[in-house]
Amino acid sequence: MTSHTRPDVVVTGLGATTPLGGDVASTWDGLVNGRSGIRKLDADWAEMLPVRIAGLMVDDPANHIDRVKTRRMDRSEQAAVVAARQAWADAGIADDIDKDRVAVSVGTGIGGAKTLVDQHDRLMTKGARLVSPHTVPMLMPNGAAAYVGLEFGVHGGVHSPASACATSSEAIAWGLDIIRSGRADVVIAGGTESVVFPLPIAGFASMRAMSTRNDEPERASRPFDKGRDGFVLGEGAGIVVLERADHAAARGAKVYAKLGGAALTSDGYDIVAPDPEGTQQARAMTLALRDAGLDPADIAHVNAHATSTPVGDMGEIAAIRKAVGDRPVVTSTKSMTGHLLGAAGAVESIATILAVYHGIVPPTINLEDPDDELTLDVAANVARKMEVPAALNNSFGFGGHNAALAIQRV
Amino acid sequence: MANRDEIRTGLADILEEVAGVDKADVADEKSFTDELDVDSLSMVEVVVAAEEKFGVKIPDDEVPNLKTVGDAVSYIEKNAA
Repeated sequence: MTSHTRPDVVVTGLGATTPLGGDVASTWDGLVNGRSGIRKLDADWAEMLPVRIAGLMVDDPANHIDRVKTRRMDRSEQAAVVAARQAWADAGIADDIDKDRVAVSVGTGIGGAKTLVDQHDRLMTKGARLVSPHTVPMLMPNGAAAYVGLEFGVHGGVHSPASACATSSEAIAWGLDIIRSGRADVVIAGGTESVVFPLPIAGFASMRAMSTRNDEPERASRPFDKGRDGFVLGEGAGIVVLERADHAAARGAKVYAKLGGAALTSDGYDIVAPDPEGTQQARAMTLALRDAGLDPADIAHVNAHATSTPVGDMGEIAAIRKAVGDRPVVTSTKSMTGHLLGAAGAVESIATILAVYHGIVPPTINLEDPDDELTLDVAANVARKMEVPAALNNSFGFGGHNAALAIQRV
Repeated sequence: MANRDEIRTGLADILEEVAGVDKADVADEKSFTDELDVDSLSMVEVVVAAEEKFGVKIPDDEVPNLKTVGDAVSYIEKNAA
């Protein structure tokens, strides 16, 4: 074991743009006050779909990016850059930092699929010559990470994990590894997603994975409730600045929390269905705890992946019980944001970090009639003011990816 | 048939739209890459937009010869339908 020489890693900057707000402060305000960011889709194309609700970013990222650059960036890339700028400014790192020692780990679940479809339409209607020369950098799944790296002139490596809805928690876990291994002092980590357009909605709807509560958008995402009928798609980005603790201390940085540990496991069970035993979900939590040097009893709060699907939510409840017992207060902030896919893990990490920092667990809204199998204490409908010395954030993705992050108060 | 001034004005509109060039900077002697900061991908967009706007074909092997705004204006003036 080399843990005695392993550096601590802390969170010194936060950035987000979500269906609840264009920055972290407005998003957090929405979360603690139990507001839903889910709305009816008013686009004409929504009429042809079985699902006509989603959580759109309330602040169009294009409003914050030079007009010419927006022509060259997929909306998911724009969101990532907007959130990264916020996080970088929040961290207050001087511009003269050695950029060889700064890395990026920013993922997306789906990438620039909207660009792919739009340019395919252009190809078929106008011909090959009118396909945008910016098509490839707009659709490539590493594009968002690369644009974030460009924004700050980063030279310490730009990485873009892809593990569906576990993506941005995995990206943060990679960031932890990068700093611990000595390859960088600072990592800009998180994820982005923007796929609220017909094809992905139709695809998820064909899997019968989405809520069709079209007439009650704000009540549609209801994790752990008996009436839950699938997830609600959201879009946005979340970015955290991870920093070696002594590096942050040397510059007198504000520290939100310590990223104590992380773990990644894989079900090896099915391409989309989670293992009903939840063995590897539980093992991810256990390994994250162990990585942080924590005991199950230390965990006061779990930000659950819980997407509001009939099967997934209760499997996770069982896994949480197995890994950390029945003491932690659980919540699913997806009840308010919807499911941000590749950005979910990062936005929920931010919610978990702020729960630790402020001592407030955001609620799970729409929990009116709890599932009979719900045997854990969920912060139903109203935020819970409580001490949170340590918490877990779970993220699970199609493909059987399980990520757990352990976040500790400093 | 557009005259040189009309072509230059049309090009300036395109350059502003796709590459963020200030229209006031667009003059015959200005180099696309060195002075107007039009990168290679944006130049592709400028060429395609100019083809549409002026009803002219600008083959890829002709593009390297269009170093300045004036080169492009002359080419379009000569080849427009």
